[in-house]
Parts: sequence; structure tokens; C-alpha cells
Amino acid sequence: MARLKYATDFDKSVLLNNFDTRGWVQVSTDDDWNIYWAGVHNIRNIFSVECGFRMGDDQVINHFPNHVELTRKDLMVKNIKRYRKELDKEGSPLAEKDENGRYVHLDFIPLTFMLPADYNLFVEEFRKNPNTTWIMKPCGKARGIGIFLVNKLSQLKKWSRDGKGNSFVAPTAKETYVISKYIDNPLLIGGKKFDLRLYVLVTSFRPLKCYMYRLGFCRFCTVKYNANVSELDNMFVHLTNVSIQKTGEDYNAIHGGKWTVENLRLYLEGTRGKEVSDKLFDDINWLTVHSLKAVAGVISNDRHCFECYGYDIIIDDNLKPWLIEVNASPSLTATTSSDRIMKYNLMSDVCNIVIPPGEFPDVRWNKVPAKENYGNFDLLVDEELAQAELLSQEVKARAGASNATVRGARDLRKPTTWK
Amino acid sequence: MNEDQVAEQFIVDLLQFLKSSKLYTDLFNAAQIEAFKPSLRVSELRKGVQSGLINGGWDRKLRNAIYHYLHTHPQQPTLPDPEHNKEPLLYIRKAQQTWEKKILKSLNSMCTELNIPLARRRAEREQKDMAARWTELGTDGPDERPWISLNLGQIRPVYAPKDFLEVVAGLQNTNYQNSVSNGGSFYNFWGIIQVPVKLKTINQLRVQYSEMSINQCQTGVDDLPDIPSELFDADRAKLGNKVLAANHAPVAREFSKKGCPDSMRGEMWCQMLGVEVDEVDILYYEQLKTCVLQHDLLVDNLLYKDVKLTATNDDHYFVFEDYLYQVLLPFSRDTVILKHFSHNCATPPKSYIRGKLGVEEFAVVYPPNGVIPFHGFAMYVAPLCYVYNDVVTLYHVFRQMYIQYFFRLHSVSSDPQGIVALSLLFEILLQTNEPELFFHLKNVGCQPLKIAFKWLMRAFSGFLASDQVLLLWDRVLSFDSLEILPVFAVAIFSFRKSNLMKVQTYNAAEAVLADVTTLQVVPLLQLALFSK
Repeated sequence: MARLKYATDFDKSVLLNNFDTRGWVQVSTDDDWNIYWAGVHNIRNIFSVECGFRMGDDQVINHFPNHVELTRKDLMVKNIKRYRKELDKEGSPLAEKDENGRYVHLDFIPLTFMLPADYNLFVEEFRKNPNTTWIMKPCGKARGIGIFLVNKLSQLKKWSRDGKGNSFVAPTAKETYVISKYIDNPLLIGGKKFDLRLYVLVTSFRPLKCYMYRLGFCRFCTVKYNANVSELDNMFVHLTNVSIQKTGEDYNAIHGGKWTVENLRLYLEGTRGKEVSDKLFDDINWLTVHSLKAVAGVISNDRHCFECYGYDIIIDDNLKPWLIEVNASPSLTATTSSDRIMKYNLMSDVCNIVIPPGEFPDVRWNKVPAKENYGNFDLLVDEELAQAELLSQEVKARAGASNATVRGARDLRKPTTWK
Repeated sequence: MNEDQVAEQFIVDLLQFLKSSKLYTDLFNAAQIEAFKPSLRVSELRKGVQSGLINGGWDRKLRNAIYHYLHTHPQQPTLPDPEHNKEPLLYIRKAQQTWEKKILKSLNSMCTELNIPLARRRAEREQKDMAARWTELGTDGPDERPWISLNLGQIRPVYAPKDFLEVVAGLQNTNYQNSVSNGGSFYNFWGIIQVPVKLKTINQLRVQYSEMSINQCQTGVDDLPDIPSELFDADRAKLGNKVLAANHAPVAREFSKKGCPDSMRGEMWCQMLGVEVDEVDILYYEQLKTCVLQHDLLVDNLLYKDVKLTATNDDHYFVFEDYLYQVLLPFSRDTVILKHFSHNCATPPKSYIRGKLGVEEFAVVYPPNGVIPFHGFAMYVAPLCYVYNDVVTLYHVFRQMYIQYFFRLHSVSSDPQGIVALSLLFEILLQTNEPELFFHLKNVGCQPLKIAFKWLMRAFSGFLASDQVLLLWDRVLSFDSLEILPVFAVAIFSFRKSNLMKVQTYNAAEAVLADVTTLQVVPLLQLALFSK
């Protein structure tokens, strides 16, 4: 058994128990670790030019250097918009638009503007549809802090002055906000709003290798959904973040307002039918893959890195998924006992995929884990393997048969055959 | 009465039933429409109308109606004493009556202790409030819920499965000379249940459940994602669509014996139960809702408390809390349910208008549907929320399931489908299949039925994962028998045998069997029934 050395910025039991069970030894972050589960604040230091720290061939770390391209709300939107425009220029069928100018296949983020930079563009859009609600989110924060809903221009006075002003001072991350069209027709179950938290593991961006965790969960609001204007200030109705719902009166610590994705699927198949629920889950896989492709070009593809993202997705009542944001450091705190088990298994499967069990990490490894190490992950896309498939026909026939056993097989074809 | 006369009488009853049902008027109207068709000639009136009706699908509706009548009405001649229809054995009837008196006494004493009436009329303002909040009755807060007249903390459930187990365990056949009630110490069974009820043997069960045998593909086993779909899933889906289109209850039953695909379950169950929601049903539900708004019953508080204790704390069902109230509250006002008491050993409890105790003219059935809920009652409804998201359909399906199946799980009777027989079946099966396990558990002071009883009484709802409960209930409906429940309980014990053989106390045994949410129903059933 390989006795790896690990360093961690988090004192979380789901992590430590996993590492200790494998017989790994904890060392400090300054020592020669093999795997470092770092917090995002330390990542900046490690990868900064002044630091001069270079990772060895047997070291892996759990973040990409510039993951903010995907995980900061404004950068993510910027990258996706740019990706779509590029595909449009190339004339790719993916960038097909309908008669309203909306993308048919790539319309998975709600209409978003950056503030204060795009203030004027936003006002134009707002005046076109004055009765809509918008949601303001600060770029640099997490856990629902600082978010509020807007349905009148007067609520944005602060940003209008900055936008109209002639200052050349670029706003810092702390002051920029994104404003998106609020999804006011979310799918309600039992009358309550919920969002989906899915875990996506990426071991490489170029070629793209990503895995979707089967055991995601839904986070429910404790209060009934009410789209009424008077309830716009009631964050318990609108924001599903557990850190906010936890403080509500009706919060139940036994189930924590969390439902498994399997239960969601059972409910949707039972009440809406198989085709639409299959399509919903295919759409979710599709949007995950394309959101990753959108930033694949700008993220520095350091071979020492892997990352486990927390995707937040909201489903509207037409069963269309919308990507709300991507988190680089999804919470490892367990709120209920089933939560703890799930997160423990998540970490265990991540470790098995990133480092073949029993071996030391090696940066020269081709990053193709054996299928039995997937655990509860499903392979979404492995561009390297897909290329190899296309090149050799007979391998494709055999791999095609085995790929059919992966649940996301139907959409697996879409990105690969497109390529 | 000889057989022919019995059959004749049955047909007469059946015709009477059909004539008084809505189907008759619909059929008559449809026939009239057919008769008015210009293409029809007078000489061919009968044939023409008949073929027209068949084309319109009316023959299927008629067949379904007759099928459901056959299912819900016993074919034996009606015995002289209606009491015998409910329950032929005297000592069991007596036991049920004693139990009912006890429950009623407990309910009444809770009433007087907390000083609340069994029922009272709601004030206008309260009614309006409640109507506005009808879809969110689960929200807490005393000021938000003025119709709850008191703190729910003071309410206790009237009884729980373990109380009922004591009653069932205490049943003794007074005809046995040496039985305990006659002063002897004769126990003729190893287990807790001492009632000699006729049961099926394992071979008879194998024949009954032959569609579930290992060599036949089943939903829940053979349609998992890692099995290529051509093997079973795709054909099953096509067949399912055809079955649904045929709209014929026996066909739906046959199909469901191998399990229903999740997306077809709703319609299949409706077909099997004979539930077709039309305007009359919707109106009826609205009527029940009005009854709920007008009067506040103590039973409502019991139901609130039950939901709060069970479903709200359950990982799988907390989302559906509000649906549960919308089904259970009208359920307790539904007098249609009183009809099932003609073949249920239980009698609906009666209560008297204030001040007129004992005067028969002022007796009313309380609660209106005659069913006093116990701890865990709400869990009968919870799994159905995964299948129906329309409250009216959900209500009617639940009502039908209660009248046909669930009532047997909490009343004392000698019926082979009743909880007494199911418990005995569980014990006998376990003794036959796993004698050393049974003996070991009995020696360490753990009668297996003590653990399994709550599973049986709740039909496993709340103990298994949500999709597994639904697969199990598929089989209950399609084979039209609750016997699958004890068979599955035995399968669980067999499955965990190696751990159970190591326990030395009752608590340890309970701990081994405390969490069964990871179990898969169909493979375990196949193992238990067909692998010896």
C-alpha cells in the first residue's frame, strides 16, 4: 500500500477520515506532500509568480491555477458568451439561433449583465420588459451572502452612478456584481423551490476529462415559494443555500431539506413521464460539458491539478435546466448523517479517480482511470479516449458497446460525434 | 342455498349495482346516441347499437366495472347474521370489540384531559384563513395556524404498532382445552401468534407468485442502467404502452406482476384499482374539503401530529408534507369508507352529541369515516406522492387502496389477508426456512415478529427506499394480496442471517435490522421464494 503524504487546509472529517483510512500520512503544507487539499486562498499563493514554488512529478493539488474563470460569476458568464460567439463565427451547428436570436442548444445561462460595466445595456433590456425580476449577486462572495432581488431600476441607483461616471478605475471583484434575469417559474415540488447541487470532477481541461457524480442532491427552501412582489425580500423563499435555510424556523436537521437526485428522478418519471425526465438529465449533462468546454481554452492546464466543482442548477417548470453558478470549493460540511455518508463517498471516489489506488501520483500518467475505480462517478467526456475511438474503428465498436452501459451514454455521443 | 341459487343471487346483486351506478346512465346515453345515427336501420337496431358501443370502448368500461365489482364483493352467500360477514369467529370479534373500546376510551380521555371537543364548528374567519392556506397547511407557527386550537405537543398518538401487537399476540382460541385463557399453559406455536389460521404453504406461495421467479425478467432488477436496454427495458416499455392503451384491468394486473416502470405506474395503478377521476370525483373532493373547512375535529390534530412525527422527518417524503394534509384531512370526513366495514371486523366508533350520551338517535360515527388514525398512518399516503401530483387523483387512489388493502393491516380478523394471518405467515415461513435462526432469536429473547410487526403494519412504507416501496406495492396490487409483505420480511431476516446469528440480546437484533433502506425488494423476494 502506497503511503502517500497529504496536506490539507481543511479540518473536515470527510477528508481526514478518507485519507487516514488509506493509510496516508498527514504532513504540513511546507513539507513534501503528494496530495494537497488546498483552500482557494492558498492556491493564489502557490501558483503566484513571486512564490517560485514548482510542484514535483509526484504531487497533485485540488485546484487549477485560474479556476476563477469558471467559478467567479462574472468570468463564467463572460467565457460562456465568448464561447458561443466563437462557435457562431465558425458556423457550427451548435450555435444555431432561433427567430428571437436566442441560442437553441447553448441557452443554459439566464440573461446576465455585469455591473457596473454593462449598466447601460442592462437598462435597455430592463426597459423592454419592465415587469421582470432580476437577481443581483456579488461576484466575489459565496453562500448566498449579499444577494438580493430587484424589480425596479431605483434599487440600482448605486451602480448607475458608477456606470455613467467617467472613472477609469476598474472595479475590484468585491464591488462588481452580476445581474441576471430571475427565474421566476422554477419547478416546484410540494410547492417549494429547490435547486440541484451536482458534483463534477475534472482531471484535465485539454484534453477535457470530466466525470459527473451520480449522487447529487436537491436543496429545498423551507418556506413555500411565492412569486409575489411582497415576498421578494424574504430570502427563505428564494435562496436555497443551506447556510441561509439553516437559520430558518422550519429547518429540519434530520433531512436538512435535502433530497437525493434519485428521488427527484423517480418523482419526475412518475409524474411527468420518462421522456421528459430523461431529456432533463441529458440537458444537464450537456450544459455541464459545454460550460467546461467554454473555459477549456483559458484555464491553464497544469497536469498537477484536478478539481471537484459544485454545480448549482435550477430547473424551471418547463423542465429546462439553468446553470446558476459553479463552485470551486463545494462545502464539505455534512449537515445530516446521509449527507456525511454521501460526501465521504464523494471524496473517496475523487481520490480513486485522481490517484490510481495503491500508487503514488505521477504527473506523467495518462489520466485514464480504470472503470472499477469510478465509484459513483459516470464518465461525461474524455476527449482523449474519444479521439482514439474515432481513429480506430474496431476499438470504437467494442468501446461503443461498453460505453452504452454508462448512464450518460445518450449524450456522450453528442460531444464526441460533434467532434 | 345451493350453488346455482348463489350464482343467481350474485348476478342479481351485480346487475343491481351496475344499474345504480353512473356507468349505467353513461352507457344508456351512449346507446341513445348510437341509435340516432342515420346509418342505422331499425331492423338491425340491436346489433348496430352493440357494435357502435364496442367501437366506442364501452365494452371495456363495462368489463372493468364488473371486474372491480367481483374483486370487491365476496362471492359467498350472504350469511344470515351480518356479523358473520365481518368476522366468522366469535373470539376474534370479541377481541376486536375490546380493543376498540380501549382506543375509544383513550381518545375520550385525551379529550377530557386537554379539554377539547371531539368536533367543533369553525368560525367564519378561521374558515377563510384555512381555505387560503389550504395548500400550505404544513407551515408552522401558532399565529399562522389559528385553526389548530392547541399546542400539538400535548397530543399523543392514540396507539402505535407495538400496542396493536400486544392485542394480536393476546388472541387465544377459546376452543382449545388447554389454551392459556382456559387456565392451561398450552402454546401450540413457536412464535407470538397463537391463533390457528389457515395459511398458504411455501409451495402454494411459489405458485401464486410464479411470475416473479428468477428466470423471468422483472422491473427493479433487469431494467437497471448497467444492463443493456434491449434485453428487457425497451420491450417492456412498448408492452406497457399497449397495456395502458387497452384500459382493461385484468390485463394491467398481469402486466404489473413483473413490476411497473416508473413512468407508467400512475396509470397502471389507476386501472388496477378502478380509479377514473371525472368531474363527479373532483366535485366530491371539493365537498370533502368544504367539510374540513367547516368543522375542526380532534382527529385532525392526531393527523397533524402523525405527519409531523413521521413524514416530515423522513428523507424521502418531507417534501410532500402539504399533500399529506390535503389527503388525510378530507379522508377522515369521507363516509364512503363506512361501506367497507361490512366486511371488516372493526366497527366504526360512535360518539354522542353533547349532553345526550347513550341516546341512540344522537349517535354519530366519529370520525365520519370511522377510522381512528394511529402512529404511522400518514405513511400509507406518502409513497403515493411520488406517483401522483394531482391531489384529487392522489386522494381517490389512496382511498381505494385503503378500502381494498390497508384496512386489513390494523384490524383484528381471521381473514387470510388480515394482519393476524400475515403475522402468522411470517412466523411459520421463517420457522420453515430458517429454523436455526428462529430458534436462536427466540433463545436470546427476541421474537422475530416483534421487529417485523411494524414493517407489516405499515406495509414497509418509511422503512425502505421510496422506489423500493413502490415496487413492493406494485406486487401487492397486481397479485391482489398482502401476502408478499410477510414473504419480504422473511427475506430480510434470511439476508441478514449471519449477523443475526451473532446477536445475544433483543436490542442487538433490533440494531441489525434497524436500517433496511439499502435493500432491494425484487432480488430479495426472488431469493426467498425461489432459491431453495
